Amino acid sequence: MARVALFVPCYIDQVYPQVAIATIELLQKLGLDVVYPTNQTCCGQPIGNAGYECELNDVAHRFIDQFEEFDAVISPSGSCVHFVKAQYSFINQSDSVKHVRNHIYELCDYLTNILNIKNFNTRFPHRVGIHYSCHSLRGLDSGKPSEIIGEDYSNIQSLLETVQDLTLVHPERKDECCGFGGTFSVDESAVSVKMGQDRCGDFENLDAEYITSTDMSCLMHLDGILKQANSKTQVIHVAEILNQTVTS
Amino acid sequence: MHHPVAAEKFIQDTPRVNWHNKAVWYVREKRDKAAQDIPEWEQLRDYASAIKTDTISKLDKYLIEFEQRAIENGIKIHWAKDADTHNKIVHGILDTHQSRLVVKSKSMLTEECGLNPYLEAKGIEVVDTDLGERVIQFAKEDPSHIVMPAIHKKKEEIGELFYEHLETEKGNDDPNYLTEAARHHLRKKFLKADAAITGVNFAIAETGGFVVVTNEGNADMGVNLTPLHIASMGIEKIIPKAEHLGVFLRLLARSATGQPITTYTSHFHKPREGAQLHVVIVDNGRSRQLGQEDFRRSLHCIRCGACMNTCPVYRRSGGHSYGYSVPGPIGSILSPNMDPEKHASLPFASTLCGSCSAVCPVKIDVDKQLYKWRQVITEKGFAPNKKTLTIRLGKFAFSHPLTFRIFGSLSRKAGRIFPKKLLNTFFTKWTTGRDLPDLPKKSFRDWYLKNGIDSHD
Repeated sequence: MARVALFVPCYIDQVYPQVAIATIELLQKLGLDVVYPTNQTCCGQPIGNAGYECELNDVAHRFIDQFEEFDAVISPSGSCVHFVKAQYSFINQSDSVKHVRNHIYELCDYLTNILNIKNFNTRFPHRVGIHYSCHSLRGLDSGKPSEIIGEDYSNIQSLLETVQDLTLVHPERKDECCGFGGTFSVDESAVSVKMGQDRCGDFENLDAEYITSTDMSCLMHLDGILKQANSKTQVIHVAEILNQTVTS
Repeated sequence: MHHPVAAEKFIQDTPRVNWHNKAVWYVREKRDKAAQDIPEWEQLRDYASAIKTDTISKLDKYLIEFEQRAIENGIKIHWAKDADTHNKIVHGILDTHQSRLVVKSKSMLTEECGLNPYLEAKGIEVVDTDLGERVIQFAKEDPSHIVMPAIHKKKEEIGELFYEHLETEKGNDDPNYLTEAARHHLRKKFLKADAAITGVNFAIAETGGFVVVTNEGNADMGVNLTPLHIASMGIEKIIPKAEHLGVFLRLLARSATGQPITTYTSHFHKPREGAQLHVVIVDNGRSRQLGQEDFRRSLHCIRCGACMNTCPVYRRSGGHSYGYSVPGPIGSILSPNMDPEKHASLPFASTLCGSCSAVCPVKIDVDKQLYKWRQVITEKGFAPNKKTLTIRLGKFAFSHPLTFRIFGSLSRKAGRIFPKKLLNTFFTKWTTGRDLPDLPKKSFRDWYLKNGIDSHD
C-alpha cells in the first residue's frame, strides 16, 4: 500500500488545526496509510514570494528531507503545493527533490486524479460558494480557469457535487482572486482588502452560508473581512465539508 | 511614488474604484465572448507564442531582413539605441521638413520615450489624434491603459474638458455629441498638419512593410493627408512573414477589445507618391531584456492590454498607480528592466494569481516573471519593504522545528491573552478591514501526537 505523508502548512498547523485534522481523518477513512512527519515546518513560500528566495536553501532542503521517503505528499493547501512544484527549482534537483516535486498533491487533486473518488456519501445541507484558489486553479491545473477556452472541469466542484443537500452557488466572476497573496496582503493592504471585500460581496449577494476553498490562506483573509463586517457568511475549508460524515 | 501608496489613494474614492473595476472587467468579458467564438483559440496562442519565440531568437536576422526590404521599397530606416536617440531622430526628420504641427496616432513607444514633451520643448505642436489620447492630452495626464488611455475618465469629466478646450456646451456629456465635437476639432488639425507619426503593430521581415491597427482611422487620416510619415517601432515588433499576420491579427483585437478585428488594419509598404516614409527602430532596453533568459519572453508582447483588463489589482488601483508608460502586469515585468530601483514596487503589486498569463494571447509567463523580478530586486537591495530581519527570523524558525514550535505556541498564547484592541494596533496593516483569526490552544502537531497516531494505529 502506498505510504502517504501529510504536509500541513505552517499557518494551518498553528491557526487552523481543524483543517489538518479533517484532512487526515478523511484520508484515513478512505483507507490510506497517512503519516504526519512531525519535524516539518514551512515550505518557504512567504519568504520566496517576498523576494528572498536566496535565503531559502536550508528551508527547502529540510522540507524535502521530511517527505522524500513517502510515495505521495498530500496537503490541504494548493498554494503551498504549487510553491514546491513550481518554485523549488532554486535548489539542486537531486532525485529526492524531483521525487517530492512530482508526488506532492493538493487534497482535492489527489482525491480526484489519483484516488478517482466519485462519491463521498457526505451530507452538508448548506448554500456553499467555491472560492477558487488561484494557485490551485492556474498553478496546479485543478480546474479550467475562465481565461482558457476549452472544456470546463473543476476538481473541487466535482467533489462538492457529490455531497448530499449541498447547494452550490456560482458568482458571476467565477475565479476572481481574493486579494490575499501572502505578503501582498500587508504590503498592498488597501488593494488586498478591497479585493477581499469585493470577493466576499460576490458570495454574500448569493446568500451563500459558506465560502469554501482548497486554500485556507484565501479563506483566512476572507474570514477576517467577513468577521469585521459582521457578515452572516462564514468560511470553511473543503476538507471540513468532505469529512462531515464519510461512510465509505 | 510606490504602487501601494498610489493605489491606496485611488481606492479612497470607493464609487470610482467600483466603476473602474466594472468598466475594465466589461472589456475582459467582451474578450472572453470573442475568444469563445474561436474553437482553435488555444492553438492560436500556441502558434503566436512559437512564432515569437523563434522571432526573438533570431531578432538580428529578421531586423536586418526587414531593413533591407524596407529600403528597397523606398522607406528610410533609422536605428535608435534609446529613448533620447529616438526623440532626436524624430525631431531631426521633422526639422528637415520644417514641420510645425504633427498629428500622432496612438503609439505606446512614443509615450515610453517621452516624445511629446521633447517635441513640444522644440516648438513643435503634437496633436494626439486617438480620441482617448486627445482626452488625456487635454487633461495633461499620462495614459492609464495602453489600449484605452482614458479609461479612468468618466464621461462627465470628458464633457468638462471638452467644454474648456473645444467650447462644447457646459454640462453636455453625451458621448455622441462629444465624439462629434472631437471629430470636427481633429479634422481641422489633420488638414493643417505637416507630418504624421504612428506606431507599428507588426513589421514584416519578408516584405519590409508594416501594419498599424486603429479603430478610429486616425492613423490613415494623418498619413494620407501629410507629406511625411514617421513610424516608431520597438525591435520586438518584427514578425518573420506576412502569413503570420493571420495568427496575430486574430488574437490582437479579440484580446484587446473583444472585436473580431479592428476597424482599420492598415498596411504600409512604401511612401506615397511625393511623400516620405521613415521608420525608427528602437531598442531602449529591449536587447538587455533579450539577454536575460528569465525575462526575454516579455518581448512577445503585442500590447493588447488583456492582462490589464483581467488583473484584479490593476482594476482596483488604476493605471496611474504604476507610474510607468505601460501599466498593469506586463508593465510590471517591463519597467524593472528600465529602472529596477524606481519601479521596485511593481513586481510586488500582484497577488501572483496568474490570470495575466492565462489571458495572454502570446503566452507570456507574466506571473512567473513577476516572481523572478522580486528576487532580482531584493538581490539588488531595492526591495520596497525591507524585511531582512523578519525574513531571517522566519528562515531560522523554519529551519529549526523546535524554535518554530516554541514561537508558535507563545504567539498563540499571546494572541489569546492580549485584548484584541491591543493586538490590532500591532497589526494595523492586517486589521484595517480584517479581523485577526482566533488562535487555538493546540497546534495540529499537538493534536496529532495525542490523537493522530492513536487513531491511525
